[in-house]
Amino acid sequence: MDQQTIFLTILGMMAVTYIPRALPVLALARRTLPEPVIRWLGFIPVAVLAAMLVPALVAPEKFLDFSFRNIFLWAAIPTFLVCWKTKSFVGAVVTGMGCVALGRLFFT
Amino acid sequence: MNSATLSTTDPAESPLASAFRQALPIILGYVPVGFAYGVLAQKSGLSALNTLLMSALVYAGSAQLIAVGLFAAAANPLAIVATTFVVNLRHLLMSAALAPYLGRWNKTRLALFAAQMTDETFALHANRFARNETGPAETFGINVIAQSAWVGSTALGLAASTLITDVRPIGLDYALPAMFIGLLLGQLKSRQHLVVAVTAGALSTALMLAGLGQSHVLAATVIAATIGLGVHAWTSRRSS
Repeated sequence: MDQQTIFLTILGMMAVTYIPRALPVLALARRTLPEPVIRWLGFIPVAVLAAMLVPALVAPEKFLDFSFRNIFLWAAIPTFLVCWKTKSFVGAVVTGMGCVALGRLFFT
Repeated sequence: MNSATLSTTDPAESPLASAFRQALPIILGYVPVGFAYGVLAQKSGLSALNTLLMSALVYAGSAQLIAVGLFAAAANPLAIVATTFVVNLRHLLMSAALAPYLGRWNKTRLALFAAQMTDETFALHANRFARNETGPAETFGINVIAQSAWVGSTALGLAASTLITDVRPIGLDYALPAMFIGLLLGQLKSRQHLVVAVTAGALSTALMLAGLGQSHVLAATVIAATIGLGVHAWTSRRSS
């Protein structure tokens, strides 16, 4: 594919990414929303984070994998514990990456 | 996670210093992914300029990595744009979730804010705004620092693409899952939130395995948040 076509594709990607990011906040920021809507929106952060994370952990190769070969799943345990106990976000990310690197080194 | 500890506001701290402190986990999460994107884009036939422009203009990690794979496979440009739309449609819900906190911002400010809303800046701002920390200097400081880290690490990946053949041995591909574990932990504010998280995670996985392509995240989020409303109605009726 030539670079000009790639550039035009990137412009298209920009438009379809920006519109869903901007429309709701522009349309809803000044409205007083009904209480159940506010409550529903309050569940969105936790729901969307879990919806993005869980498939990456239990099915990184797009099939359910609870075996010991699934490093992403088992590395989540120390990552979770470090984040919970130390409240250190950086520590959690380093722990997770370290566990995955070591797991691959020794078990694959 | 530590957004609670990280954000104990020190009155002497400047908004920029505070923004940097709060954005630090995002930077750590972005650097390996932006780096990997830079390496992969180079290997997929994108020019250095186009690689950087995508990070600056689209600014959406997973969509960019998917797009690079499609470019490498010489997919139809319209298919690439359509895939990007579906992958990023979840931001519609994130944008709506932050809207109730931003009633005092003018349209220009809101439009600029939306351009830099990613999964990670959204999760951070969702925690901040809930504590009434909606200061524009700090908010835009975080966003500009985060995007600079993204574009900067893309440039690093470009520069190193001839040296690096595989990012997997150093565990770089686990930076974002690890970050999401931390962000999710910070969002588990009540038993209802836990129910929503478990539901969303299970549903999203099931829908993905059922072959729902890229919309499993969106569908699972909407259904789980709605179930959360039901759980709330049920528990408040029982306790009253």
